[in-house]
Amino acid sequence: MVENKNIFEIRDFNIYYVDFKAVSNITLDIEAYRITAIIGPSGCGKSTLLRSLNRMNDLITTSRVEGKVFFKGIDIYHRDTDVIELRKRVGMVFQKPNPFPSSVYENVAYGPRIRGINKKSLLDEIVENALIRADLWKEVKDKVHESGMSLSGGQMQRLCIARSLAQEPEVLLFDEPTSALDPISTANIENLLQELQKTITIVIVTHNMQQAARISNYTAFMYLGELIEFGDTDTIFVNPHHKLTEEYITGRFG
Amino acid sequence: MRNKEKNSETSDLMRKKKFNLKEGFFLSLIRTLGFTGAVILFIILFFVAYNGIHILSWEFITQPPVDAMTKGGIFPVIVGTILLTALCMIIVVPIGVITAIFLAEYSKPGVLLKTVMMSIYTLAGVPSVVFGLFGLAVFVVAFNFGMSLLAGSLTLAVMILPYIISTSEEAIKTVPYSFKEASFACGATKWQTIRKVVLPTAMPGILTGGILGTAKVSGETAPIMFTAAAFFTPGVPRSLFEPLMALPYHIYVLATSGTHIEETRPIQYGTALTLIVLVLGMNLLGIILRSRQRKKKAW
Repeated sequence: MVENKNIFEIRDFNIYYVDFKAVSNITLDIEAYRITAIIGPSGCGKSTLLRSLNRMNDLITTSRVEGKVFFKGIDIYHRDTDVIELRKRVGMVFQKPNPFPSSVYENVAYGPRIRGINKKSLLDEIVENALIRADLWKEVKDKVHESGMSLSGGQMQRLCIARSLAQEPEVLLFDEPTSALDPISTANIENLLQELQKTITIVIVTHNMQQAARISNYTAFMYLGELIEFGDTDTIFVNPHHKLTEEYITGRFG
Repeated sequence: MRNKEKNSETSDLMRKKKFNLKEGFFLSLIRTLGFTGAVILFIILFFVAYNGIHILSWEFITQPPVDAMTKGGIFPVIVGTILLTALCMIIVVPIGVITAIFLAEYSKPGVLLKTVMMSIYTLAGVPSVVFGLFGLAVFVVAFNFGMSLLAGSLTLAVMILPYIISTSEEAIKTVPYSFKEASFACGATKWQTIRKVVLPTAMPGILTGGILGTAKVSGETAPIMFTAAAFFTPGVPRSLFEPLMALPYHIYVLATSGTHIEETRPIQYGTALTLIVLVLGMNLLGIILRSRQRKKKAW
């Protein structure tokens, strides 16, 4: 058997909010152990598409999908698919850092705990590992029992990343993870993403084109719900095929 | 031309001044009226304290009444109120919080939700004596609990239920959506999210509602008068099915139906003072909790 290098295969995929078609007829492959960036102007459906990959859109009761999304060959919108297990394997980090109002430790231990891991030594190990992987351990190792909300914005965002990592996900979805952060925290997160890419697949939605150019291997450009162009980040930014893509990345609209 | 301009400027200023006068009048009126509430509270407090404080003593709150309630203390009365209120809260808080979870997290807009909401609002507006009659008909007679601690607590629970539901629902609704989103993204189920994220975050608000509800319940007379409170019992109730004495009803009894109404005035005021201190204490606790919770809110 040839191993499929695509972890996600999106096929003829549409998302509707009531009558509004937010994502239109998208076919896209996402390669494992790579960073794929989705760019495009506000309201182009990029966040909606991202949120459909771990079915966070299910929470919006008025949304409806057509078409298929395969995660490692499994149709995630099939009625037998376990959404809970899907979200464990495909984690998500949001635009605004959203730690729970509890300690750093409890934040990271949240996922393992709801899966029934209660042994302290095991939890300690998971929490420490996740914080190390999120490059936060050095800063918080003496205050893991202090409130997660007492950290700085950038630290909070890394805490949220650690919280996702504690579940050992195969994919992490980032929804504009640095748009609420200062440049230094942003740089930290970008370095972290490149480090994490060695062990997991990353899909990132970003408003910041330089960010996409700096860190991603592949870039998808969306406009009005449609996928306009997808390819190597270098190709997209240096030699775009589509006129809209060129206009967007050169800042003529957006 | 210049002159005219100057004139209009002056008249503008004049008008402003008049406006300010009016403004000032209403400001002071509102200020005065605003203090009325505080003044009334202090008059009541002063009146009750002035008449009741000299009887308050360690003996007064630790001894039972003696000599046809003309002497002695009010120990069983205090215990009665505490038992009634505590049992009422044990019954009503779980029901109220579960209803609030249903309303805030599970219910979908529609006829059912509208009916439930309407019922809760209406229930909140029913006079307390009606709850007393309801308790008499249902708990005392139909369920055959008799005049008892259990019947009284259940009646009070029914009365305070709408309040507990609405304060809990409010507290649950203030939990930021981003917390729930984060929990779902970690692969939590809806129930896990409610239990581990929503309820702990809403807990201070729920507690505050509970404490203020407790304060309200402990001062109620009408609901317990047909369901739990006795004219006199020799001691504290020994089971759920015994009647008891309670602070608000004790005041009512001493002030209206004893044979020594004048003689027992100090005891009446002492009992009233005890009740007020108890209620104000609980209110104060609720206020402190609420302000601490506001300060803690970093989101």
